[in-house]
Amino acid sequence: MAAHLSYGRVNLNILREAARKELREFLDKCAGSKAIVWDEYLTGPFGLIAQYSLLKEHEVEKMFTLKGGRLPPADVKNIIFFVRPRLELMDIIAENVFSEDKMHSRDFHILFVPRRSMLCEQRLKEQGVLGSFTNIDEYILDLIPYDGDLLSMESESAFRECYLENDQTSLYHTAKGLMTLQALYGTIPQIYGKGECARHVANMMLRMKREFAGSQNQILPVFDTLLLLDRNVDLLTPLATQLTYEGLIDEIYGITNASETFFDNLTVEQEFMTGVDTDKVNTYIEDCIAQKDPLIKILRLVCMQSVCNNGLKQKVLDYYKREILQTYGYEHMLTLNNLEKTGLLKPQTSSRNNYPTIRKTLKLWMEDANEQNPNDISYVYSGYAPLSIRLTQVLARPGWRSIEEVLKMLPGPHFEERQQLPAGLHKKRQQGENRTTLVFFLGGVTYAEIAALRFLSQMEDSGMEYIIATTKLINGTSWIKSLMDRPESQTP
Amino acid sequence: MMKSKADEEDYWNSSKFKAFTFDDEDDEFTRLKESKQAVNSIRSLVEEEDDEDDVEKVSWSGEPIGSKAKAGGFQSFSESLSDSSVRHYAPELRKPKSEYKDYISDWSPEETVQRMQQGKVFSLEKFRSLQDKLLLLDQAVRVHDGNVITAVLIYLKKSLSKEVLFRELESRQTALRHFIHYLTETKEQRLLMELFRALGRTEDMALLQYKEHLSITDENKRRDFLKSCISLPFSPEDAVHVQDHFTLLERQIIIEATDGQAESGGKVEIFQKFPRRASILNMPLITTLYYCCFYHYSETEGTYSSPANIRQTFRIAEKQFFVTALAARAKLKAWLDVDSLFSSRNWLGFSRRKSPLSFHRVVDVLQKNNAPVQVLQQYVGLVDDAELKISLAQKHKCHDIVINTYRDLKDRQLLLGYRGKVGRGSAEERKIDELLSNSQIRWKN
Repeated sequence: MAAHLSYGRVNLNILREAARKELREFLDKCAGSKAIVWDEYLTGPFGLIAQYSLLKEHEVEKMFTLKGGRLPPADVKNIIFFVRPRLELMDIIAENVFSEDKMHSRDFHILFVPRRSMLCEQRLKEQGVLGSFTNIDEYILDLIPYDGDLLSMESESAFRECYLENDQTSLYHTAKGLMTLQALYGTIPQIYGKGECARHVANMMLRMKREFAGSQNQILPVFDTLLLLDRNVDLLTPLATQLTYEGLIDEIYGITNASETFFDNLTVEQEFMTGVDTDKVNTYIEDCIAQKDPLIKILRLVCMQSVCNNGLKQKVLDYYKREILQTYGYEHMLTLNNLEKTGLLKPQTSSRNNYPTIRKTLKLWMEDANEQNPNDISYVYSGYAPLSIRLTQVLARPGWRSIEEVLKMLPGPHFEERQQLPAGLHKKRQQGENRTTLVFFLGGVTYAEIAALRFLSQMEDSGMEYIIATTKLINGTSWIKSLMDRPESQTP
Repeated sequence: MMKSKADEEDYWNSSKFKAFTFDDEDDEFTRLKESKQAVNSIRSLVEEEDDEDDVEKVSWSGEPIGSKAKAGGFQSFSESLSDSSVRHYAPELRKPKSEYKDYISDWSPEETVQRMQQGKVFSLEKFRSLQDKLLLLDQAVRVHDGNVITAVLIYLKKSLSKEVLFRELESRQTALRHFIHYLTETKEQRLLMELFRALGRTEDMALLQYKEHLSITDENKRRDFLKSCISLPFSPEDAVHVQDHFTLLERQIIIEATDGQAESGGKVEIFQKFPRRASILNMPLITTLYYCCFYHYSETEGTYSSPANIRQTFRIAEKQFFVTALAARAKLKAWLDVDSLFSSRNWLGFSRRKSPLSFHRVVDVLQKNNAPVQVLQQYVGLVDDAELKISLAQKHKCHDIVINTYRDLKDRQLLLGYRGKVGRGSAEERKIDELLSNSQIRWKN
């Protein structure tokens, strides 16, 4: 039992236990002593599900990191590869299999996390090793509980796939993850959403429910509401430097800049967020380019300016692009194209800039933010309230009908769906009992947004408690990086 | 060995069991079905006419068998098989007839897709006509399962001509996206480009082609490749960038060759004093400019390595050029050159007061290159904003400026306070003392 997962209203231990059970079952399938070869990326998520003690109980005697060449010696009956379904990892596995000593060969198995892949199995076949595996299975670890109120799929490419490549496969898995969640925690009676992806996920959920009609879920619902939000409804928040403790640690770790430049950066960000001079070339950005600051820092700033201005004037955009390509290399043209496709860095179209209206109506900029004794979510960005969280807040009270006009200015449809509950399962709310909303960020969520939601949960008269789920925990840097098109190089 | 549902598929798909794989084009599965039907029909005949020699008996492989065989259960046939590859059918065939539907009968697209999702045995080969294949694809898309869609696409890729496949994908956005993703993952560049061309996605095609340059290591080959990219259907802005990229590399190759020779020749002073630490090849434009401002500053516009030439050819912004030249000359401690950058005599037309770069940034760059205080002082003095000027002067110990500013402000206290910051017995200390004892100054405090 993980104590940190059950302190909230929703006991995420149930989810964790279900995941552990599946893991145990797979391990037992590969009977006998075993060694696990780990895809390093997975050790984090798995650590949240099971410790070594569980593995030991199921005869795991050794653990190795996946790498090329020959596997280390280990006197075990089975070798199990725990890997993500990535082609390059298949090549490494093939190498491992080929270099196996035929005299003391062990049984091979693969556990794909979070799911199998036809492409990967095809690759293994092409390499001539597919037949060497006794068990090939998938461990559907869709929603990983990171904390008592936080779930993540850790799907690093979800934003890129959905918004750049128009590939909604990850949304299918999101829907499935939500179905699993409902199987454990009960059908969620109300679904709200904003955005194209949100709509798509809701549609799939409703269809999946229909397909399983007949087997009614008798569990008393834990969640009252599900709110699905597209990341591109609020592109600004992940670009801004986070000021909460966790956010700061997440962002700054590894950076050696003086605090002076840090505050300079913050000042410029705040200028953009309040609409100051967003239509001109910004001197600070120019200077940063001139001193060849890390490219991602530049990209975050120009994207921020673009988002706050609803696109940059063609002249300004051309100027920035040229400066960037001349300073960092022409090959970054590919990245700039990607950013444009996702709407982060784009030319101004003829439509007016709605951002000031949105900012005013939703009170995104709170002058008197008090970080020591906050009374509003804007403390997480020193006066700027994340748009995504404001939307969440308004949904609870007074409801989205009061901001219809603003919602129309934001991309994608907004909607409401109801799911039928079996008779007798409708919750009778006690006096003063909180409602529980699951907020699902499609495309990533930042620590600052998490902090803001936790703040709302703790507010005395909110009447609402929030559980947060997402495709990936992001910060501005990791997010922009996922959109860059030169993965093999060390981008400065 | 424990069996799992994965085992079943592996059993049928693995290379060890060559006789029957699902992607197998010879489709032995169909041949098996046919021969089984043949055997079935024979059986009834043989049962009635036991010794009939005219009845042709066939083995599982479809070949007639030599000797007369008594009709019996299927077991006897399978036992007589010598062909080891075919023998593997036997375990399944021992099952009662009613279960044959699971393995042999026709599955609809819906059933096939469902079996694929459930990891059960399936066969795509029986979807022969274009219409059947498209029904299968549409069903796969309907269930949203990425693996299933990919498996079907792999089959279609193998069994349809490019033209037909591309045409059909054009009207199926989801399947198209999956296909693009598949080709990207498996790095089938050529086919992907043909696809983009067929779809009229010319810019995507151009960018994809351009991206290839990253995998060409030889600079000459890369230069030639970039040249070939220029005529691709980029957007107008991107086309200019690609042109610039080619031109830049072309020049870098020339400069690299010339400078490499000059350096190893041992006669050119600057290369001896400041040996080159890295090749200029494939460096960004501004880095190249910096290099040329460092090693080729005085050259006229006529050479490829002259900074002026580079500035003009690549239309470098005034500010960028200025800060780069400043940094390079400061690094070399060429303070006269730095000064000239601001002089109105300079062909660039900068006057002392109109630097394209704010003076406090100028000071920053100079300080990073360890400019002596006298030099720094010159430029700190040019900073307009009084507060900024004072803080910079203090930071960089430009004592004269601080002293003069406090004098101008007539602030005795500040001046007194600053006395402690200058060296004991220094000229600055004497200057402060002189000022403090100057009765003509009407100090405000």
